Amino acid sequence: MGKNLGKIISITGNMIAVVVEKHIIQNEVAYVLMGDKRLKSEVIKIQGNIAYLQVFEYTKGIKVNDTVEFSGKMLSVQLGPGLLAQIYDGLQNPLPKLAQEFGFFLPVGAERDAIALKKKWKFKPSVKKGDRVSAGSVLGHVPEGIFKHKIMVPFYLKDEYVIKDIAGEHDYTVDHTIARLKGKKGDIIDVSMVFEWPVKIPIEAYKEKLPPKETLITRVRVIDTFFPVAKGGTYCIPGPFGAGKTVLQQLTSRYAEVDIVIITACGERAGEVVETLREFPHIVDPRTGKSLMQRTVIICNTSSMPVAARESSVYTGATIAEYYRQMGLDVLLLADSTSRWAQAMREISGRLEEIPGEEAYPAYLESRIAQFYERAGAVRLHDGEIGTLTIGGTVSPAGGNFEEPVTQSTLKVVSAFHGLSRDRANARKFPSIDPHESWSKYKSFIKDDSVNFAKSILSKGNGIRQMMKVVGEEGTSTEDFVIYLKSEFLDAVYFQQNGFDPVDASTDAKRQEYVFSKIVKNILQKEFSFSDKENARHFFYNLRQFFIDWNYKRWNTKEFSKQEDKINKLLAGNSHAKSMH
Amino acid sequence: MRKVCTRILSIVGNVLTVRAEEVAYEELAQVSTSMGTSLAQVIRLDKDIVYLQAFQGARGISTGDEVTFLGHPMRVGFSSDLLGRIFNGSGIPRDGGPPLTENLIEIAGPAVNPAKRIIPSHMIRTNIPMIDVFNSLVESQKLPIFSVSGEPYDELLVRIALQAEVDMIILGGIGIKYDQYMYFRDALEEGGSLSRSIFFIHTASDPIVEGLMVPDMCLAVAEKFALGGKRVLVLFNNMTNFSDALKEIAITMEQVPSNRGYPGDLYSQLAARYEKAVDFEGAGSITILAVTTMPGDDITHPVPDNTGYITEGQFYLRNGRIEPFGSLSRLKQLVNKKTREDHRSIMDGMLQLYAQYREAEEKRTMGFRMSEWDKKLLKYGKLFEDNMMDLKVNIPLEEALDNGWRIMADCFSPEESNFRTELIEKFWPR
Repeated sequence: MGKNLGKIISITGNMIAVVVEKHIIQNEVAYVLMGDKRLKSEVIKIQGNIAYLQVFEYTKGIKVNDTVEFSGKMLSVQLGPGLLAQIYDGLQNPLPKLAQEFGFFLPVGAERDAIALKKKWKFKPSVKKGDRVSAGSVLGHVPEGIFKHKIMVPFYLKDEYVIKDIAGEHDYTVDHTIARLKGKKGDIIDVSMVFEWPVKIPIEAYKEKLPPKETLITRVRVIDTFFPVAKGGTYCIPGPFGAGKTVLQQLTSRYAEVDIVIITACGERAGEVVETLREFPHIVDPRTGKSLMQRTVIICNTSSMPVAARESSVYTGATIAEYYRQMGLDVLLLADSTSRWAQAMREISGRLEEIPGEEAYPAYLESRIAQFYERAGAVRLHDGEIGTLTIGGTVSPAGGNFEEPVTQSTLKVVSAFHGLSRDRANARKFPSIDPHESWSKYKSFIKDDSVNFAKSILSKGNGIRQMMKVVGEEGTSTEDFVIYLKSEFLDAVYFQQNGFDPVDASTDAKRQEYVFSKIVKNILQKEFSFSDKENARHFFYNLRQFFIDWNYKRWNTKEFSKQEDKINKLLAGNSHAKSMH
Repeated sequence: MRKVCTRILSIVGNVLTVRAEEVAYEELAQVSTSMGTSLAQVIRLDKDIVYLQAFQGARGISTGDEVTFLGHPMRVGFSSDLLGRIFNGSGIPRDGGPPLTENLIEIAGPAVNPAKRIIPSHMIRTNIPMIDVFNSLVESQKLPIFSVSGEPYDELLVRIALQAEVDMIILGGIGIKYDQYMYFRDALEEGGSLSRSIFFIHTASDPIVEGLMVPDMCLAVAEKFALGGKRVLVLFNNMTNFSDALKEIAITMEQVPSNRGYPGDLYSQLAARYEKAVDFEGAGSITILAVTTMPGDDITHPVPDNTGYITEGQFYLRNGRIEPFGSLSRLKQLVNKKTREDHRSIMDGMLQLYAQYREAEEKRTMGFRMSEWDKKLLKYGKLFEDNMMDLKVNIPLEEALDNGWRIMADCFSPEESNFRTELIEKFWPR
């Protein structure tokens, strides 16, 4: 069979038109042959014998009549052991390997294996000759860092098969045949530890999808207590620039209580990824005692890298995440930022001269966003185990205005909304999640009634605060003023969290429950009596000071109890204090 | 052999079309007219029709003029002789010195591999407290100066250029007035910094396309110096003009505009330039400061908005001062833990109090009675503005921190300041 070749007839930006004689597939991968370089591209439109391709590299130097070679395969990623701790570009090229070979700058047209082919893995079979298997069935496993990496029947095999041969316990490279499967028609299929899967198609080799129930502990207090996320759920973080989206994502990637975190840096600053990739190898995950990098995969297509690859990077991330979910693990996919991904779609749509929708985004923006978030979910696998994939995406709305199309399309499909506010960020209140605007449809691990009580104090306090702007402090009763002080106190000591302090940056569920119940019972629900407002303010400022100091003390240490005693004494000092209920 | 065309098919705006084969995308061509020669770049290829963007504009070009393809993309000469020199957007000398012919390098080269980047860790001191204390500038950072016309951003840039601890300055002027250009040249000469500077200047009267080249020229040269171990500070003035040039050209090319007439790829275009800021491991670095004027003082305008998402914070220049709210250096956390232990707390604490001052001030102007606390805040706000925010204040970081404690002790009791007890014990003036 000869190669399927075409000739370029036009070039505009990163889009080329190619005349082809043979059949081509929509979303097929093709290569522009430019001297000795092969520029990867993808078919995005076909009209007669002309194919329109987006080139994943800069198109400088391409000429009309240059040859294009079609691969016959859709854009795919390699799945197998060795993905963890890796840093890939949007097309799954390992960036450290490229750096080793090419130095400081990204080369044009270089493609490298995503999974090291020479590395040997200790394979342990878990099936035997004659067993019946189908797509996703576990054939055995290899140790990958802290995980048992399950070696599965490739997901693209649709039939039932019988094991004809299975490799014994031994070290193999990923491309070594470890099983021979026999199909119903007697066809024989060789299976190795690695296979390819097209990124734009969700992996569905599981028994059923379940509703997300269990809370995912992120260790960010305001999220876990007030606006929780469930394992297998979806959430979004829209916010204007400077509101702390990326810092929040970084904290989550560090502290969230899940097995695996996939970080997709999509069209954002390279500097932010660098912090993650330079620091993670040195941070010990307290849950496993191993480096954080061992549970992390970074997909990194930063803003100065070619736009077309940016569009595919979120799919690359989702596919790798789904692959690990198939092993019964809890996976968290963080996409930063989905707006850049949407903009990449917009750029490509513009070059295709499609009729533009709102703000020139393509009409299919909404369905693409929905399809992406729908890849999340808790699933029961064929072996009965449960795996989850949680997706959290940041949104960078133009002008910080949540009415724009990407935010609105996202809000329709996610179940938790952590809206960041510029005012809170300007006042240095971090995380700047707006407690009045955010919401979540998932359940917190803390009882509803105390959460609701705290919320009511918060909204009352906000009302009083607004009122005071009109009538002034002198026009407000001391009673109302105390409610206002309570709400400010809750904000300062519980909502706000110092992400740069080793202790305060992460609060686990136990500590959240303990501290929150203390705040609700001993402060929010307490009725205090003060001679005047100045007196009340003084008391609450002192209390706030003690609580902030408390937040910096390690859980269950002497210092922690000592500080708590100080708080108790201060509370007891307000002798008129009595319970409201 | 160079390809030559002698018939221009169409001239629309700054775009010419000719019929030619074997032409590469983004290749450069030379157009010879009766007025002289100018450069043009291939921006689209459609079968044998080549679309060229003429840097000097299309005015005066005849359909019978000669177009010669040069066989290479845009390049700029590079050598250490560049220091002290001034060029225009096409790389032609403005200062009467010799033209750039040797050691030519391509502009707009490939992106840096993120895996090769390192975490920035060197603070660039400027002796401006609003920068050093509250939003430290970090080597390899990219920061815009958001501002409106009439604000003293030229003066701020010059002060930073003269005082910043870097090896060399590259100034890119895009669409600036001729007298602004003169001001920069004279001010740097007076301050003795011209010999460590290179200028690429496009003035408002120059052809618009040339302005688009300025950032790429500056950054290509900066990159070479940085790889050679130099710490380079690149100053742009002003990136809103650059974006407007992009808009003008996109609309002439009949692209679908996305937001207020700007092209959909405005973000990518700006990011491609700003992301050149880098710290090369074992070599030098590029730091970028860029004036971005906000039309109508509107931070949600597409240019400042897209810029804000790309850069690592911003300095917000308003009423002649760097505003503490809205200004942000995202990288400050990487350097301000190594300066002095009270640096971070002063930074956050003083701003929180200043925010409360603003509220008190608002109440005061509305005629409400001032509580004791409000009166303290009002006193604090005044002291803060005079001793920290005023751009005339020119003191090292440590002195500014000491000033901070003094201001707070003048106004508040220690527990009102909301600081951690250990710090109060150590630093609170008694």
